Amino acid sequence: MNTNHNALGLRPARIVLNLFLAIGALAMAGPFIWMMFSSFKPLGEIFAQPPKLLPQEWHFDNYPRALAAADFGRGFFNSFYIAATVTLVSLLTSAMAAYAFARLRFFGRNSLFMAFLATMMVPMQLTVIPLYLVMGWLHWVDTHLALIVPAALFNAFGVFLLRQYIRGIPLELEEAAAIDGAGRVRIFLTIILPLLRTPMTALGIFVFLGQWNSFFHPLIFLNSDDKFTIPLLVNQFKGQYGSDWTSLMAAATLAAAPLLLIFVIAQRQIVEGIALSGSKT
Amino acid sequence: MGTAESEAVSPRNLVAARSARRRRNLNEHLTGFAFLAPQLIGLVVFMVGPLVFALILAFSHWDGFGTRSFAGLANFEKVISDPQLRRSAVNTVWFTVLQVPVAMLSAFAVAFMLQRAGRMKSFYRTFYFAPVVTSSVAVAAIWLWLFNPDISPLNNLLRSIGLPAPDWLQDARFVIPAFAIVGIWQGLGYQIVMFMAGLENIPVTLLEAADIDGAGEWQKLRRITLPLLSPTILFLSITSIIGSFQVFDYIYVFMDTTAPAPARTVVYEIVQIAFREFDFGTASALAAILFIVLLALTAVQLAVQKKWVHYTE
Repeated sequence: MNTNHNALGLRPARIVLNLFLAIGALAMAGPFIWMMFSSFKPLGEIFAQPPKLLPQEWHFDNYPRALAAADFGRGFFNSFYIAATVTLVSLLTSAMAAYAFARLRFFGRNSLFMAFLATMMVPMQLTVIPLYLVMGWLHWVDTHLALIVPAALFNAFGVFLLRQYIRGIPLELEEAAAIDGAGRVRIFLTIILPLLRTPMTALGIFVFLGQWNSFFHPLIFLNSDDKFTIPLLVNQFKGQYGSDWTSLMAAATLAAAPLLLIFVIAQRQIVEGIALSGSKT
Repeated sequence: MGTAESEAVSPRNLVAARSARRRRNLNEHLTGFAFLAPQLIGLVVFMVGPLVFALILAFSHWDGFGTRSFAGLANFEKVISDPQLRRSAVNTVWFTVLQVPVAMLSAFAVAFMLQRAGRMKSFYRTFYFAPVVTSSVAVAAIWLWLFNPDISPLNNLLRSIGLPAPDWLQDARFVIPAFAIVGIWQGLGYQIVMFMAGLENIPVTLLEAADIDGAGEWQKLRRITLPLLSPTILFLSITSIIGSFQVFDYIYVFMDTTAPAPARTVVYEIVQIAFREFDFGTASALAAILFIVLLALTAVQLAVQKKWVHYTE
């Protein structure tokens, strides 16, 4: 009797709930949908009143025009190899530091760990000016090293996240390996690293996304077009062809599409990874 | 080690054991630093060094070339007395006040509903999360269109339901709310995912027990869900306030280097002063003030948390 009442009572609530969620989802997807359809409109159509979502006349010229105006192929290559290098190297260095903090006893360990934690509070705008000067001395301004090296060698959040995980790994595993004569390096490589797969995947996604989409540091450190990453190219395109709205949407689509595609395919890992990295802090 | 200690009765054994231990310790220290080395170099060269240098710059007159001279508090006085910078600070606070509460409330509401959406959950989640993985520059390019009164479907929609349709980016009253709309749209998915993770950790048995005691939905929300979610709320509140105070990308894509006074924020000013005017001293002083304000805001939230945050462990 009770369940019967629930089933009847739940239905309208279900419908209202889904209605709200669907309207919200549409509001989130709307700008993307608008972007994609607009990238197939002829320029003359954009002033139509009232604005129409679908192109009246499908027009495929915006993409070649955007591709001709800026070297997006080069931009993709730059963005990809910078993000991939930073991700791989910073995962390794973060895991190494995390292992040291979690398992090894060395002079100043706790104060150094506190120093790592404290730097998470420092806004990048405070360090960007001296960092720019440091890059000047190293002759790294307008090179990708200015973006890769600092990010690959310093990731306080990653060190913190992985340290928390390593502390959760039972010591017995390492002790057994040590009795068998394994040194620290072998223990790290054969026992610790494989057990860190889940948090390292999460961290890797986090780092890669951050690098791929990063705008602030590339804007400050890079000057030449051929060094530009995708966000810089889109911004430059907007500055030069600002009134060519439909090509701008083609450029924005080109910039957004790869990650959206990856996201739709690997949604579960990405979302769970990001939730995981937040819950450990 | 156990056998060495049980045998250690004669002084000679004791000395030998101690020096062996010391060697082992030294080895352990060295191994520790070897593992730490790459990140330690990064910490020193790319964080602590620049941080110290930023503080020196904040008390210096310098354009990056020429000679650096001690400025005392002159840079700080300049920052505090400059009416445009004061305006930009107010703009930044206004942006934060608009963005943070609206984003957190709507993220919680959506997460709460998604939790009940059954099989549709991950389908909806795709849409809410998509803007998070998109670069802020692409996002700003899309919204540039949506905010242009001549071609915006958004304005058309607003007009059709009888609401005012402003010239978002040119109107002094609407430009900061426009930034906040983009910020909320892009940041919502991240907060939803965090809230959903928090909601999943609430023991079902607690909610069932409340059901048996005859608690209504509202009571369960107030007495069980929100208190158990408070660590997530605190985390999101701290991180999103810090993020809001650093808003920059959208403004730069919308306005380039010529943002008008009502549209400027603190970080936009830092970039302009440092990399347009090459006044590194003043820019560093402003960045240092931003840092101190963020530290203070975080410290206050951490101090007040004892009054409302519940930790289960």
